[in-house]
Amino acid sequence: MIGSVFYFSISPEEERKVRANDREYNEKFQYANNCIMTSKYNIITFLPVNLFEQFQEVANTYFLFLLILQLIPQISSLSWFTTIVPLVLVLSITAVKDATDDYFRHKSDNQVNNRQSQVLINGTLQNEKWMNVRVGDIIRLENNQFVAADLLLLSSSEPHGLCYIETAELDGETNMKVRQSLPVTSELGDPNSLAQFDGEVICEPPNNKLDRFCGTLYWRENKYGLSNQNMLLRGCVLRNTESCYGLVIFAGPDTKLMQNSGRTKFKRTSIDRLMNTLVLWIFGFLVCMGVILAIGNAVWEKEVGFLFQSYLPWDPPVDNFLFSAFLAFWSYVIILNTVVPISLYVSVEVIRLGHSYFINWDRRMFCQRRNTPAEARTTTLNEELGQVEYIFSDKTGTLTQNIMTFNKCSINGHAYGEWEMSRAQRLDFSFNPLADRDFCFYDQNLLDSVKLGEPAVHEFFRLLSLCHTVMSEEKSEGELMYKAQSPDEGALVTAARNFGFVFRSRTPSTVTVQELGRSVTYALLAILDFNNIRKRMSVIVRNPEGKIRLYCKGADTLLFERLHPCNHDLMNVTSDHLNEYAADGLRTLVLAYRDLSEQQWEDWAERRRSAERAADYREDRLAAAYEEIEQDMMLLGATAIEDKLQEGVPETIAILSLANIKIWVLTGDKQETAVNIGYSCKMLTDDMSEVFIINGHTVQRVREELSGEQGGWHPQQEEKPQQGSPPAPALPSLLDSISGEYALVISGHSLAHALEADMEREFLDTACACKAVICCRVTPLQKALVVELVKKHKKAVTLAIGDGANDVSMIKTAHIGVGISGQEGIQAVLASDYSFSQFRFLQRLLLVHGRWSYLRMCRFLCYFFYKNFAFTMVHFWFGFFCGFSAQTVYDQYFITLYNIVYTSLPVLAMGIFDQDVPEQRSLEYPKLYEPGQLNLLFNKREFFICIAQGIYTSVVLFCVPYGVLSQATRNDGIPLADYQTFAVTVATSLVIVVSVQIALDTGYWTAINHFFVWGSLGAYFTILFAMHSNILFSIFPNQFHFFGSAQNTLIQPVVWLTIALATVVCIVPVLAFRFLKLDLKPQLSDTVGLSVF
Amino acid sequence: MAENEEKAKAQNRCPDNSAFKQQRLPAWSPSLTAETVLPFFYLLGIACVLLGVLLQITMQNTQEIKVDYTNAESCDMCFETRKYKVNASRECHCSITFSLKERLEGDVFFYYGLVNFHQNLRRYMDSRDDAQLLGRIKKLKNPSVYCGPNFQYANGTPIAPCGAIANSMFNDSFALFFHPLVDRPLRVPLFRKGIAWYTDKNIKFHNPYVPNESLPQVFQATAKPLYWQKPVYELDPNDSTNNGFINEDLIVWMREAAFPNFKKLYGILDRQSSKMFEQGLPAGNYSVSISYNFPVQYFRGRKQVVLSTVSWFGGQNHFLPIAYLVTGCVTVLVAVVLTVVYIKFGKKGLKMED
Repeated sequence: MIGSVFYFSISPEEERKVRANDREYNEKFQYANNCIMTSKYNIITFLPVNLFEQFQEVANTYFLFLLILQLIPQISSLSWFTTIVPLVLVLSITAVKDATDDYFRHKSDNQVNNRQSQVLINGTLQNEKWMNVRVGDIIRLENNQFVAADLLLLSSSEPHGLCYIETAELDGETNMKVRQSLPVTSELGDPNSLAQFDGEVICEPPNNKLDRFCGTLYWRENKYGLSNQNMLLRGCVLRNTESCYGLVIFAGPDTKLMQNSGRTKFKRTSIDRLMNTLVLWIFGFLVCMGVILAIGNAVWEKEVGFLFQSYLPWDPPVDNFLFSAFLAFWSYVIILNTVVPISLYVSVEVIRLGHSYFINWDRRMFCQRRNTPAEARTTTLNEELGQVEYIFSDKTGTLTQNIMTFNKCSINGHAYGEWEMSRAQRLDFSFNPLADRDFCFYDQNLLDSVKLGEPAVHEFFRLLSLCHTVMSEEKSEGELMYKAQSPDEGALVTAARNFGFVFRSRTPSTVTVQELGRSVTYALLAILDFNNIRKRMSVIVRNPEGKIRLYCKGADTLLFERLHPCNHDLMNVTSDHLNEYAADGLRTLVLAYRDLSEQQWEDWAERRRSAERAADYREDRLAAAYEEIEQDMMLLGATAIEDKLQEGVPETIAILSLANIKIWVLTGDKQETAVNIGYSCKMLTDDMSEVFIINGHTVQRVREELSGEQGGWHPQQEEKPQQGSPPAPALPSLLDSISGEYALVISGHSLAHALEADMEREFLDTACACKAVICCRVTPLQKALVVELVKKHKKAVTLAIGDGANDVSMIKTAHIGVGISGQEGIQAVLASDYSFSQFRFLQRLLLVHGRWSYLRMCRFLCYFFYKNFAFTMVHFWFGFFCGFSAQTVYDQYFITLYNIVYTSLPVLAMGIFDQDVPEQRSLEYPKLYEPGQLNLLFNKREFFICIAQGIYTSVVLFCVPYGVLSQATRNDGIPLADYQTFAVTVATSLVIVVSVQIALDTGYWTAINHFFVWGSLGAYFTILFAMHSNILFSIFPNQFHFFGSAQNTLIQPVVWLTIALATVVCIVPVLAFRFLKLDLKPQLSDTVGLSVF
Repeated sequence: MAENEEKAKAQNRCPDNSAFKQQRLPAWSPSLTAETVLPFFYLLGIACVLLGVLLQITMQNTQEIKVDYTNAESCDMCFETRKYKVNASRECHCSITFSLKERLEGDVFFYYGLVNFHQNLRRYMDSRDDAQLLGRIKKLKNPSVYCGPNFQYANGTPIAPCGAIANSMFNDSFALFFHPLVDRPLRVPLFRKGIAWYTDKNIKFHNPYVPNESLPQVFQATAKPLYWQKPVYELDPNDSTNNGFINEDLIVWMREAAFPNFKKLYGILDRQSSKMFEQGLPAGNYSVSISYNFPVQYFRGRKQVVLSTVSWFGGQNHFLPIAYLVTGCVTVLVAVVLTVVYIKFGKKGLKMED
């Protein structure tokens, strides 16, 4: 403890030492205080920091570099404002967005930091702002207050140092959880005794694990182990507890809540990646053009410019043609920079934002029952929704409703719950005043058995009423409300309640049950809680007679292994029942009990205590201790809970598979349940040639099963050595060709082997050749691994959909994560990119929104690159006539405004509103989804076509005015070959040609499109005349020296004939090609679109 | 209170049923059907052909005569003289002859043409000060640095008009003579004004104005451009209102040509002053007497004299009618091909049955 002085270092904290009520001591460690700052800027730092961040974008830096180039007079071929205006515009749009975001963060930070809390200072409670709370302080919390920092619960107003919290803000779960203080501190109930408390906590450093905490309290020469059960985390709300005291362990940024709010990994779409590649290519292209023109300049300066020096001497630093060429290169880089449009990224973001709003606004993805609209939580992935090839779906809560109903049970080898639909009659539970009125059950036999007092049946329901973690709330006598962490538990406890075993209340050490009208209080000795590995939970209770019994419920596979051998026959019968239930798609649990002698209990309790106190591997030791007692149990029976399919699931799956999307179900359920759900949602059909089931426990077995299946298709495969060697390259295509006939079901333990490096390829090829793949009994990590495997090898877009915490890793791994905003909390939603509340909305999200987004984005990009090439390449051609001197063709204002005013809005409108076929058609013809999967609408080939078209347009735009104007004169004899007339003519032709082109590209002319297209043309002419007006010229003669050109040029019939000719020459080939394509190779969307009209 | 708000919020979560938000805005979805595209192609093609024919006919009524005088006839000598800078100040006169086989009907325009002279170089085009030319006194004495090395002399005297464009102003002057068969040569009267844009002459170019000072006095503290023989206020010896920055030859020169081969208007035939030229220039022999000042051999250039008449759409222009004819024919051809393809190979509707 003396060494603690050396903990000053900046190096990462290795362990945390906190002494209560000793600010001086705790300050030595410089722990973060409780002030949180999620905002990034303040008023002074906003500009520099925000600019610094923005200039980390390559595109922005590039334009800054250009701006600097333009400030060098020898190079500057364009006024500085041609770059700075768009750059400032783009930067300020982003800055305004960042500033608004940050303003709201500031507001919420201030609100949170200024919350009041009661801190124990010098023995008295004082009100302090949250931000002034320090590590080591003791604070008092009252009911319904937010917990200010991560606290160690010291004492509470409730008995046994208990307190209840709601963790909705932390993990989204709305049920209450119990926390309990250490018995030694729970007596410290008043400020005076707490002020004397000088315990020291040594614990793990700050981390983001919400469900575990490991530490030790040293107090009065004693050591006490601390766990998550003793902690109140920041963000929780105190419920049903009058007040409590806690010791601040982690404050502010160190709290688990803040540690968890790290940025999630940024997802990029394939179009994004393609776009970045293309922008790089364009850079290369730009440099090439610069080099060509610079060489041209060198030759020209040597041959002609050198002679022309008497009229135009070289500028002082230039003394030879090579240097001149060097400068010309940079000058041309400046002029031609518009091929890399600065507004591209901003426009793409705007379009995606628009699409996201359309998703949020869609009434057909709004769930009336849950009052939840769909939500695009990420706005940058929309077009990828149009390219999905693999869907990985969770089952429970995603395909099914996750509303559990107690459906059947098997008690002591007797099955209950079978009934005939025709004679179905709801059981009458009126004998039981505490029964839940919503509960339905149809088998009279079970009720009779209860009434007859069959001991096994009683024990069965007693177990159900005791072995759970449900909390009860009884607002008035007889009005029981259960709050369950999982709907399964709720369903089971409710079933017990209706059959006369009513769970009424619990304290940490007792459970009170109303057994057929008689209130019985059991002493709760231990809860052996549930987790994903154990897959079972047990309680140990002492009944009023003093008998100690362990009740256990859990997964069949695990429980059957732990039964007493004398249960063998019963187990077989029950097992048959279980198989039946699973075949009906029901979720099953096996129930068992074990009688414990006082001695056994004492021994075990001691072992458990020592495990709990252990400093390291505490969880493993506890698990081992649990394992020890859950042995030799007596089988009671099994329950079967029905999880109903969600509305429209089979239809959705059918439509999605018609759209060539492969659906893999990854579930934690057992194989029979999973297969059954597969059948009921039409993933598996009887038409399938075969459903392969891989269930091997060893590497060898799994490999054999896998290759066996391949052998089933290709007898010759068996001769080939499969061991370890990657499959022949021809195999995947062969397998692809026969897809559609097979289905694969693989269980978690086999999957573990199949995902190993040497077998994953084989597994993937087999799985991809199957029409349906179901992985059952998989862990959350395996879900993510499967997604990762497909992502790695298939180069396909993957989508993961799920609703629970166990789907989070898969949702984060897939290209697109979709969360079902359902009942299992909102962790999945928080990790997801899109969320809605019904699985069937997926078809609309993909086939309508995704398809449109992809289509729009592709059309937008094609046009965007086209228009910039058409615009910029004219300078290139003009270079050959102006001695490669980097003279621009257009007025500098035109260059400034072309991208941001004249041509931005029509293409944005197209990118946001365009539709090729009406929405109902894309659902009727799922094949319309295919172009997105095959990436047909925008790829490198399409890009080159756009570029070629742009270059063709630029050639026409240069040559036609050149051919006409170089010789032409006006009808008053004045030649038209002056530079300004040429500039105005080319610019006007360009604006008209690209407007006609966008008109051709727009497939869906709303009023907004009309307004933008005509408005842009109008804006062009208005601004043109304004820029060339007398007023501006008389104020800034040197800046607006194009004065008069618009009037003089645009009244000439020759000029209009030129513009018309250029437009016709540009558009006719495009129109002809499109018509031919439509005629000879019509796409499905064309024919579907046509048939509407 | 808060609960009510929450309730209201909860009720409002259903998105509005507006056409905009549900993407059901009324819209027009055009598509390229044969019924629209093919007639459009035919009409467009025919329209282009007709326009081409019309333009061709109109253009045939215009004429243009172009005579290169760089080193033709007696100008050869002047060409040699101008080869050497030492002779820069020496005057040189020469003349060339040509004959018109047909009369040039109507208004006749006299141009000078330059070949291989780059008025479109970036630094050349930047090298001017429009504020100075607008007559700003401040700029007159202190021209913009954009004028480059041509903004002042070494001794600090500002140049008016400054810049490379003004400095390189074309300074040959011409007199056109008609040689009737019987009579002595007759000087063809040319308007030397009205040859620039109206906006240039009246708004863009102004002489600097100082009350009670004559033009030479205003320009006193400035110097003429390096290559000029006369100061700007003495450019037109015959017309005092055509001097200074509003001299039309200067204005014409200052409107830079877009391409290295260009012609600029020098004068317009004055049809009123003489009966002989009322209908235009009669057929016969002509000579142009030239004051040969502008050296072109440095940059391997050529100089021309051009005479031309105009129609409603301007002077002679072969490109436009031919381009229209070709475009029209190609469009019609494309239309025919498209029609054939449509009838023979069209797959319309086949896919729907799949």
